[in-house]
Amino acid sequence: MIVVKDVHFTYPNGIEALKGISLTVQNGEFVAIMGQNGAGKTTLVKQFNGLLKPTKGTVLVDDVGTTKVSVATLARNVGFVFQNPDHQLFSESVEEEIAFALRNFGFKETVTKKRVTWALNLLGLTQYRKTSPFMLSGGERKRVALASILAWNPRILILDEPTIGQDYQQKEKLRQFILQMRTQRKTVIIVTHDVEFVAECNPRVLLMRDGQIIADGEATETLTDTEVLTKASIVPPQIAQIFLHLPNMKLPKNVIDVYEAREILLKTLERKSK
Amino acid sequence: MSVFSGLKFRKVSSPIHNLDPRVKFVYVCAIFVVAILFSEMLPLVILFLIQIPFVLLASVEREWLRSMRGAAFLATIIFLTNIGAAFFRDGYVLTAPSVESAVAMTLRFMVLVESFSVFFLTTSPDHLGLALEQTRVPYEFVFAFTTAVRFVPVLAEEAQTIMDAQKARGLELERGNFLKRIRNYIPILIPLIIGAIRRSLELAEAMESRAWGATKKRTNLYVLKMQRGDFVLIAITFGILVIAIYARLFVRIPTVNELLRSLP
Repeated sequence: MIVVKDVHFTYPNGIEALKGISLTVQNGEFVAIMGQNGAGKTTLVKQFNGLLKPTKGTVLVDDVGTTKVSVATLARNVGFVFQNPDHQLFSESVEEEIAFALRNFGFKETVTKKRVTWALNLLGLTQYRKTSPFMLSGGERKRVALASILAWNPRILILDEPTIGQDYQQKEKLRQFILQMRTQRKTVIIVTHDVEFVAECNPRVLLMRDGQIIADGEATETLTDTEVLTKASIVPPQIAQIFLHLPNMKLPKNVIDVYEAREILLKTLERKSK
Repeated sequence: MSVFSGLKFRKVSSPIHNLDPRVKFVYVCAIFVVAILFSEMLPLVILFLIQIPFVLLASVEREWLRSMRGAAFLATIIFLTNIGAAFFRDGYVLTAPSVESAVAMTLRFMVLVESFSVFFLTTSPDHLGLALEQTRVPYEFVFAFTTAVRFVPVLAEEAQTIMDAQKARGLELERGNFLKRIRNYIPILIPLIIGAIRRSLELAEAMESRAWGATKKRTNLYVLKMQRGDFVLIAITFGILVIAIYARLFVRIPTVNELLRSLP
């Protein structure tokens, strides 16, 4: 469980990135943090594994204050996948890359091997086991970075822009994977601009603007509220846009799911034709 | 790192910032030469103080102080080695002249750092490139130089991100013995170097797609022109050089010790 209490954060260069954030993320919750560039999304999630410490206020991860323990200690429970995989890949082979963190955490060599195989399999990277990560495509490198975090099975997973550079199939796999994590009562937090992806996943959505949370709720509510969306520089998902732009058909306003939309539209059309 | 922040340019306008970088460079070189000419304490103190009006005029006191503080560590080492060597040479006694010469050596170092710091604090990389170009350095070299200077802050930021990413994977930089600690930096250096290479290739492609080097004769939007301030600085530089050389050749420079004693 992550508890954030009135957190302010100012960077050394004087920029105030977080202005009084309070929030609780329960175990097993799936949260998407959205908002314009520079709203403080990444700054906020960096508080969760102690990479940044609050200037004012407290962040508790499983009842432990992030200022009291090292990043490495927190990282054992909080996995953080960075936006750009090139900021972490350095090993000679994909296998070594994934084993890096496990060795840092002091896993036994036999366990490490098993977990590496498991993570490679999970993300469809088994064929690249011995390949240099630098020879892979952008999307594959991204998956290697994800695998290198998942390998130690953290209880909380933070993904910064996970869908960038991934084709539809990979996005769908990612979505399935996140759903699977939820059934294991793992917490997943994603930072993203990808409205369509969020609409498909239907998580709890936090909208940020200027270092503050301006909306917090179910995706069906937040992603159809045009007023706050405009403030956060976000366009509603396409399904929601269709529904919002057909005022005469008396459609519900909070629909973001393709299948749900299809059912509603079919019913409405049937009723009209009668 | 604080030494470097003392060399980082910040865009402001002041009489010193507006000076021609070529003239400023000549001035810095002159100070450099004069600092080497003297090994007595008195002239080096004067040399150190001469620069302070420049710092104040450019209003970069805070950055300048930071670079002085950054240089303090090396300065201490210089002072200790000098005084230590003199201590053993004179047969385990500390004499006033040996203390004075150790202070002088330290001051010489500080003067060098000081003048270079003032130069880099008040000269934008663009101006520096322009100066190089107008002194007929081939444009390819000028471009490489200014690009390198401009990418330093970008690289520093990237290094921070990489460090964060590896810490998030349980890397502890401060763990282990000396050799282990050096090895801890491998996961940071490799992504940093590869990133720099990749970026330079991307930059080359981007530049070529914008017709870099299409014409041999480039023209510049801004052209450096000597102004009144520049001539004043040239005069000052020349004056300092003449006085220094004259003093070196014909004047016996008293030690501070002698000066103190001659006081009533």
